[in-house]
Amino acid sequence: MMIFNPDPSSVRQMPTLAPDWPGGFWWHWLLFTVIIIAFVLLLVMGYIWLERRAMGRMQARLGPNRAGPFGLLQPVADALKVMLKEDIVPVNADKIVHLLAPIIAFAPVLIIFAVVPFANGALLADLNIGIVFVVAISSISTLGVFMAGWGSSNKYSLLGAMRNVASVVSYEIPVVLSIAGVVLITGSLSMNQIVLAQEIPFILLQPLGFLIFFIGGCAEINRSPFDLLEADSEIVAGFHTEYSGMKFAMFYLVEYAEALVISALITTLFLGGWRGPILPPWLWFLVKVMVVFFVMVWTRTTLPRVRIDQLMALAWKFLFPLALLNLFITGIEILAWPTAIAWLIPVNIAVMVILVLLWSKLFKLGWGRVEV
Amino acid sequence: MTLALPVKDTAQRIGEHFADAVTEVTDGAVIVKSEALFQVAEYLKTNPDFDLNYLTHITAVDYFDYFEIIYQLTSLNNNHSLLLKTRCYDRDKPVVPSVVGLWRGADFQEREIYDLMGISFKGHPNLKRIVMWDGFDGHPLRKDYL
Amino acid sequence: MTLKTEPFVLNVGPQHPSTHGVFRMRATLDGEVVVDIEPIFGYLHRGIEKLAEERTYTGVIPLTDRLDYLSSMANNLGYCLAVEKLAGIPVPERAQYIRVIMAELQRIASHLIAVGAFLNDCGAFMTPIVYMIREREKILDLFDMVCGQRLTYNYMRPGGVSQEIPDEFLPALDKFLKQMPGWIDEYDQLLKENEILLARSKGVGTLSQELAISISASGPVLRGSGIKWDIRRADPYSIYERFEFDIPTGTVGDCYDRYRVRVEEMRQSLRILEQARQQIPGGEFRSKVPHLIRPPVGETYAHIEAPKGELGFYLVSDNSIAPYRCHVRAPSLLNVTALRDLMIGWKIADLILIFGSMDICMGEIDR
Repeated sequence: MMIFNPDPSSVRQMPTLAPDWPGGFWWHWLLFTVIIIAFVLLLVMGYIWLERRAMGRMQARLGPNRAGPFGLLQPVADALKVMLKEDIVPVNADKIVHLLAPIIAFAPVLIIFAVVPFANGALLADLNIGIVFVVAISSISTLGVFMAGWGSSNKYSLLGAMRNVASVVSYEIPVVLSIAGVVLITGSLSMNQIVLAQEIPFILLQPLGFLIFFIGGCAEINRSPFDLLEADSEIVAGFHTEYSGMKFAMFYLVEYAEALVISALITTLFLGGWRGPILPPWLWFLVKVMVVFFVMVWTRTTLPRVRIDQLMALAWKFLFPLALLNLFITGIEILAWPTAIAWLIPVNIAVMVILVLLWSKLFKLGWGRVEV
Repeated sequence: MTLALPVKDTAQRIGEHFADAVTEVTDGAVIVKSEALFQVAEYLKTNPDFDLNYLTHITAVDYFDYFEIIYQLTSLNNNHSLLLKTRCYDRDKPVVPSVVGLWRGADFQEREIYDLMGISFKGHPNLKRIVMWDGFDGHPLRKDYL
Repeated sequence: MTLKTEPFVLNVGPQHPSTHGVFRMRATLDGEVVVDIEPIFGYLHRGIEKLAEERTYTGVIPLTDRLDYLSSMANNLGYCLAVEKLAGIPVPERAQYIRVIMAELQRIASHLIAVGAFLNDCGAFMTPIVYMIREREKILDLFDMVCGQRLTYNYMRPGGVSQEIPDEFLPALDKFLKQMPGWIDEYDQLLKENEILLARSKGVGTLSQELAISISASGPVLRGSGIKWDIRRADPYSIYERFEFDIPTGTVGDCYDRYRVRVEEMRQSLRILEQARQQIPGGEFRSKVPHLIRPPVGETYAHIEAPKGELGFYLVSDNSIAPYRCHVRAPSLLNVTALRDLMIGWKIADLILIFGSMDICMGEIDR
């Protein structure tokens, strides 16, 4: 038995697709494709602005404040500048790989939004395997990054790309395991169903899962403190050292679009998606996405960077066992007390606190050399 | 206060161990023969009375007739210091023994002296130019370099 | 089939975000692990020692500014002490106090940059260094007040300082002394116990006592290894014997110890500043010194505890108006000697971190 057991009639009522629109599916797809592209591009600009301004405030400085009110147009100015810049390709670079890399990195990020609901049923395609689709597609970006690192014929790029592959391969496992906890409770892989199941945001039912997903997600998209692949103080700019002009802008876009993806996924999986009182659903979605991103900016300005072996150790020694335990505990809870949601909240939070404390005692990040 | 070791006594004690090593004693410095430099330095470093375990700096001065290489030695434990000097009269091929084996800190300084003064240090593990580029002609800190 | 990796050579620098200037390290890497490293420098060589031979004793002071450009006041002080020792120039009381105040302010400013840059190398994206530049700015304002410069001060002269401190300087100094301890506490709250910082810097780049002495390390690098050696105490120059202060030392000599020593030294500098501020007497700011100083034939070595370590000037005079030889004992040059020993076996990220914890300045290494 499941905590959320959707009534078949309610499923039918959901306007997931609009076959009765004039033109049928095509209009729906066209509309949402435009919405997604606009959403991603606009929100990426918003993110860049938010990151730079918030970071400025946290770093006791102003941040960009010249272009437009509150510097709101700064991303536009940056985009214009970067488009006019010369496109430099190193002599020894693999030209085709070098060119394709930013495109391959960027496309999957857009594709993921096909299954992210902006409101009830408001998504491009309500795939019944939604979350698996996300996991599968999001890994493709790594290929683009690796191509960039390999094709640039630069050692810094190569190091950055290698680090990225290593971190993505490691962090995919705890991330997927933490998603599995959510899927267990929901009983569905569809993103829309997951949101509909969240009478109580899953962050309360799955606090440990949320923590693992947040850390793992940050590591996969290389947000600080896991920004090893472009660690500017170590390997200059990592995989995009040799990129300039529009190609660089694409990677810049990918970086923030990935952050957008992760915050949208966290919102959808753990924070109740578009659900919320008073405000319209899409606004709730936007607000939650922004809040999640703000936390990411916060960690970025606060924490130093971990080392590559510590990054791996964190994935395999800390997150992976915890994710397994989390899945195990969730399974037991669902089997034993399928209806008792309310009192599971304090229990789950207690379990999270105990496990995290226990592991932080058992497992030290370093204090020196941690061999992988 | 870091006390300067009495030069006369020190020179005498060096002389007891290494005959003819000390060539001259000025006010404030002991000048030893370049051939005996390494042994004298080793003695000063290891002898517990001196215990000059810290090489403050090395430098060289070009006096046209000769090069003077200056070793400022300090004892961190006893807090006294000694100015040890050696002279090198051969202007074309000046050579003095390297003290890298005793104090690793001499490494870059000897390379720098080699680079800018043109004094070779025998026994230095990696004696090559340090601030000027390889293939640079001349030694800029020499007085006759214009 | 066994997997085999081939070592490759990576040039870290001379253009690199965290080589603190134009330092270059030819690192041989096996994957991420440093197998071998060779420091290469000379990209900022300006021949200051040669230039000094062509200038009058006073004219060398601006050159000393350019040695360690993050602590020009200390360089001025070291050089002026050497000239005074050589020529026997007396320094009035007030000038001594002004010099101590400047030198200690400079120490705080330099350590702020050192700690900030170290944390930046550690990957704390810009935040610590921007905070620390904010505080350094207050010190630069104070320097601006006394000499009209913010980086290369050219303030001290043999026999005193170039000009009297303005009336508004001491109140401004009081204000700074009131604010600064709170700021240092703020850094400690933010980062002292940060788990990632501990994981990154504890036990990394351990410089043993024997090695530290052998490479003639000085300053925070030497003290980080647990050796209580501070020129201000061991061989007091100027008027340092009048002040009470402690010498902070580390225990094992890793990057974390060096970072802690610098932070603690800032607190001790504040203590000295407090005392100097209270004791500063009136009087002349400079003794009567001829325009062209002609010291008697001879040689001298004067050293001070500069922010980065023991800064010494070895001057040889031939009774002319210019030094016959002016050698600079640069702390940074000697502190980097051990880089190879510290870095081998660690990863690239540690390479940057160890290098950052040394706190070097290229102006001083290349000269």
